[in-house]
Amino acid sequence: MDKKRKIRVLAAKPGLDGHDRGIKVIASALMDAGMEVVYTGLRQSPEQIVETSIQEDVDVIALSILSGAHDFLFPRIMELLKEKEIDNMLVLGGGIIPDEDIPALKDAGIAEIFGPGTNTGEIIDFIKNNVER
Amino acid sequence: MPVQKGEDRLLAAFEEWSENVEQKLRKRPERKDEFVNTSGIPVNRLYSPIDQTGADYLAEIGLPGEYPFTRGVQPTMYRGRYWTMRQYAGFATAKDTNRRYRFLLEQGQTGLSVAFDLPTQIGYDSDHSLAQGEVGKVGVTIDSLKDMEILFDQIPLDKVSTSMTINSPAAVLLAMYMAVAEKQGVSSRDLKGTVQNDILKEYSARGTYIFPPKPSMRIITDIFSFCSREIPQWNTISISGYHIREAGSTAVQEVAFTLADGIAYVEAAINAGLDVDKFAPRLSFFFNAHLDFFEEIAKFRAARRLWAIIMRDRFKAKDPRSLMIRFHTQTAGCTLTARQPMNNIVRVAFQALSAVLGGTQSLHTNSMDEAFALPGEEAVQIALRTQQLIAYESGVTDTVDPLAGSYYIEELTKEIFYRSQKYIEKIDELGGAASAIEQGFIQREIQDSAYRYQREIEKEERVVVGVNRFQIEEEAPKGLLRVDPSVRISQIEGLKKLRSERDNGRVKDLLGELRKTAEGTDNLMPVILDAVRAYATLGEICDALRDVFGEYQPVSTIGG
Repeated sequence: MDKKRKIRVLAAKPGLDGHDRGIKVIASALMDAGMEVVYTGLRQSPEQIVETSIQEDVDVIALSILSGAHDFLFPRIMELLKEKEIDNMLVLGGGIIPDEDIPALKDAGIAEIFGPGTNTGEIIDFIKNNVER
Repeated sequence: MPVQKGEDRLLAAFEEWSENVEQKLRKRPERKDEFVNTSGIPVNRLYSPIDQTGADYLAEIGLPGEYPFTRGVQPTMYRGRYWTMRQYAGFATAKDTNRRYRFLLEQGQTGLSVAFDLPTQIGYDSDHSLAQGEVGKVGVTIDSLKDMEILFDQIPLDKVSTSMTINSPAAVLLAMYMAVAEKQGVSSRDLKGTVQNDILKEYSARGTYIFPPKPSMRIITDIFSFCSREIPQWNTISISGYHIREAGSTAVQEVAFTLADGIAYVEAAINAGLDVDKFAPRLSFFFNAHLDFFEEIAKFRAARRLWAIIMRDRFKAKDPRSLMIRFHTQTAGCTLTARQPMNNIVRVAFQALSAVLGGTQSLHTNSMDEAFALPGEEAVQIALRTQQLIAYESGVTDTVDPLAGSYYIEELTKEIFYRSQKYIEKIDELGGAASAIEQGFIQREIQDSAYRYQREIEKEERVVVGVNRFQIEEEAPKGLLRVDPSVRISQIEGLKKLRSERDNGRVKDLLGELRKTAEGTDNLMPVILDAVRAYATLGEICDALRDVFGEYQPVSTIGG
């Protein structure tokens, strides 16, 4: 792979909630940090997100959900990635996610969960340090 | 003239004072080089009568209950009666939520406010594949009239007023509410409440749209006209800046984009042949109470003045009630922090106080735990008590618009008024709110402001107590409200049972009739009301409308 290729990120909104302030702010911050960002828009099914991640050839999927449906939708997305034999995708999650839910989400393969109040610099560093290229 | 002389003396004194201050600043500078509020309005060191020079008190500020309503929509405001204390609530099943409503009413709440789950807000039944993981999560789930009957069980609908946060399917939920009232023996003429019914801000900020703009506007004007005949005390729309602000706008943008949406609804209704003074008195509004205390108070006052002028001059409304902004306020959810959540109680108290000093008609105070989950009972109680403390203990309710005449408040009111008016002119140039949204203008303006705000926090130009300053080590909160995933399973069973018991032939006929009405121009409300009475589900009704109207495809405003 060309080493100079920019990190490509899919910013995705699974589920039905319309709160896209967080994901849009993060998309802007990642772009300012030199990454390429594709934003899915609202109401994406897990199937659509995985499909788009393949089509767009991204290195990272950043998921945002504020409705509480993360417990179902995040593991479902990881399952679909596994079915497609994609094992080097860095998948992050954010939104309104109670701390007690985080271990199960990490067990399902989500690399990190970023809650309200997270500094975008923290997310940028995490991606740079953990992306597999 | 002695007045002139007084002004000269004041100006001279002010200049001398300024020079003295400048001298002192060399030794001891101020905290910042520039003080600016969230709307980008510079905040001066001092405001004085000089800022009021040339102001026309009666024309710009006036008296409460009179044009231009800067000081409030009622002459006596809270000396007459307090605002309606209305906590937005709903989760899991209708039965669970009914229990919460009765708790809130027992605690002294004076109105209900229904939060629906996302499948309900987007017109899907609980058994739809996109409803997986979402049923009952952010609000109560309603599939049919059956659920609505349970939701309002033992709550007399002629005694409470009910606000429903429902937009694209507003016609359906309103019809269900009317059908429940019928079963309780309550006349629709006695029903009081609100449907949010504000589609434009769904496109620009909130995201629970279904249909494209044109048929959506038709549904809205159908509701206006139906309600003016059948359910005259109902607020037919709640034109909402709240979500625009939550999505990241400034206070000025909140006023401008909300009133621009309002203009679009009034134009649509007039174009549909309605008389402005028939429907305008039932328009209501919904604003955010954010952090900057004085900016928020001034915002409410400026919005009232600006809307009154728009309705009088642009739409030639005559009925004074057509000129009034009556509004609900909610404290700013986006300012709640997950760090040191008890601090949120104090944040909410200041925000709620700004709403009261700004003359709100009803108020929701957020609960301290909402950066984690839906609020628990104890947190909700404190939030409600915050309103009761302001009402019954603080004394701020004993005189009307107590901050009027503050040099700062009046100057800020004027500034927000002018800046919002400028924005509306810009939106007019783009062809109005609907067109500005289609071009992505409003979305971009909001997201730019959101990004700027976040950058200010990260550069520590903006302090968030407990988050980027005064942090501590702390443990995760316990005992958060959780919605059991089995809610979806029990709803699906309920749907199966419903479909085996109701008259399916009649449901099919009515859905056919609904499609036909949607293709034509007759009012949609009567046939929707018949369909819900026959226990057609929300998803079935919305699907019939989707068949005819299609679905909205949003524009992208991120990336290249």
